[in-house]
Amino acid sequence: MSSNVEITASTQAVLAEVNPTSNPRPILVQNNRSHAWITEKVCGVIEGKTPLWWWVCFAVACSVASCSVIGFTYLVSTGVGVWGHANPVNWAWDIINFVFWVGIAHAGTLISAILCLTRQNWRTSINRTAEAMTIFSIACAGLFPALHVGRVWLAMLPGYLFPVPNANGIWPNFRSALEWDVFAVNTYGSVSLLFWYVGMIPDLGTLRDRFFKRGDKIRSGIYGFFAMGWRGSARHWVHHEMAYLLLAGIGTLMVVSVCSIVSFDFATSLIPGWHTTIFPPYFVSGAIFSGFAMVLTILLPMRAIFKFEDFITPYHIDCLCKITLMMGTLVGYAYLMEFVIAWYGANPNEGFTFVNRTFGLYNWAYWIMFSCNVITPQFFWFKKVRSNFAFIFILTIFINIGMWFERFVIIVTSLVRDFLPSSWGYYSPSIVEILTFFGTFGVFSVLFLLFFRFLPIIPMSEVKTVTPQADVHGGKHS
Amino acid sequence: MAEQPYGLIATFDTAAGVYHAAESVRDAGYKNWDCITPYPVHGLDKAMGLKRSLVPVFSLAGGIAGVFTAVGLIFFTGAIDYKLVLAGRPFFSPIPAVPIIVELGIALSAFSAVAGMIVLCRFPMLYHPVLKSDRIISALDDKYLIVIEARDPMFSPTQTKALLEKMGGQDVKELEA
Repeated sequence: MSSNVEITASTQAVLAEVNPTSNPRPILVQNNRSHAWITEKVCGVIEGKTPLWWWVCFAVACSVASCSVIGFTYLVSTGVGVWGHANPVNWAWDIINFVFWVGIAHAGTLISAILCLTRQNWRTSINRTAEAMTIFSIACAGLFPALHVGRVWLAMLPGYLFPVPNANGIWPNFRSALEWDVFAVNTYGSVSLLFWYVGMIPDLGTLRDRFFKRGDKIRSGIYGFFAMGWRGSARHWVHHEMAYLLLAGIGTLMVVSVCSIVSFDFATSLIPGWHTTIFPPYFVSGAIFSGFAMVLTILLPMRAIFKFEDFITPYHIDCLCKITLMMGTLVGYAYLMEFVIAWYGANPNEGFTFVNRTFGLYNWAYWIMFSCNVITPQFFWFKKVRSNFAFIFILTIFINIGMWFERFVIIVTSLVRDFLPSSWGYYSPSIVEILTFFGTFGVFSVLFLLFFRFLPIIPMSEVKTVTPQADVHGGKHS
Repeated sequence: MAEQPYGLIATFDTAAGVYHAAESVRDAGYKNWDCITPYPVHGLDKAMGLKRSLVPVFSLAGGIAGVFTAVGLIFFTGAIDYKLVLAGRPFFSPIPAVPIIVELGIALSAFSAVAGMIVLCRFPMLYHPVLKSDRIISALDDKYLIVIEARDPMFSPTQTKALLEKMGGQDVKELEA
């Protein structure tokens, strides 16, 4: 590996002929920061006094989150009739919001898993935040299937969701796509949490010792409990790195399987517009697309507030924009391909559904979806756009909106015009649904603010590995 | 105050310094020693002569267990314990079982990978002499340590100290057990 390439006369001649452009590796931590600076900067966020803006944001987020608490309490205490569901649409914002939040979660797993396997070193400074986003999104997503049943205590009984022996002797139906979802989402949530935690153990060790030195025994004890006695031993690093790599591999499988299984909720049914084989890849690319938009929505303000410009460089933002562009284009391809298949499949019901989506009662929703998801990302072709952070932020908000509408269009437009024209209807949500969904943004923000306050936002030990000082061969190694 | 110290501890300022020192300590034939670094120094495992981690074995075992658990669960509940006729479908068919097999396989292999890491590192570790040292705070920040344990057969308070100092180790001191 380390054999130095001898520059012979013939190599020189080839190089002169080919004239390769110099393509230096991008600098991932700017201003040549020292390791001590990295530790100080990241720990400083946790060790410093709680800033006023944090309290203001926390209060706002809590009051927004209370909308969800009120909405769900009203739903459970009164009954599922408080939501706007009526024949033929008996399934709307609950599943829409679930798919929306689960989709957002996928970018975090992609950044931590697939980009780890493909050795994209720029992921190091953003993966902790992206994984946090994954976990908090899954928490928001999980609220909807758990609570939409109204009589929550029944859903939680053994034998309904989870295969636990019970007095009735019944088991969940493993042939149902909804039961697959139970396994997929629980696996996703727990494995993401583990991934996040394993990556954080070394940083928790650093915080434990820093608080111990400051004489804060309580905080040192709490971080120490979770650090499990980490001491940076090279013998431990070997196991840690291997476990992390394996989790990345497993996470790669997970990122494509979970959203595929979520799409089976629809694809295994016979409803026109749902019963298509394109759904698994379509949902996965849509999920990653929406997730990257949300990562940018979170990272751009975070970078400015904590002054993390040296960690999250324009190169990082550029990479994120390019992936968003690619995924957005894939989503646009899927939208068009659905039409091709509806035409080529020659099924009149399928054809009607797609014409109805585009020009029917809900055409406004379709065109919001189409313009936000297909046209918006195309701006990222331009370098000027990718370096204008305020504009990127606005574009990502549009993508977030568009991706919510994508699920709305898929679910509602297929259901309002079912096989029986006599039961055709129009669906509109009640105020309870709207407030409940609005509240989940508060839940998400509350969790994020707590994360910003108490946990190392930037993975210090991982960022240190991509600095020039970490190279034991002084840049001469292969 | 134990009579016998835990070992000798030396500080290094650079990753390259600790890397080359580790190579020398390995070549000198020490067995019970360790490097303490704030991040995984690339190649240090080879420089120390460490073996490949056994975590994948745990993970594989967990994955296989997950797959068999899923098949067993679906087969037992659907085809043995409570046969439910649903649209005339078979009581057990491998195809609708695939999603749950995949997910349980993923879940258990991930849990086992982490459990394997915890077991192999002997976590949670409630006490370790290195953690009591004042240097741990800088070792989890920007310094690198080498600790050679007194129980190593090659250990000698003078020669080991000389080796560490020769390799550029600073502040070579005895570490309290």
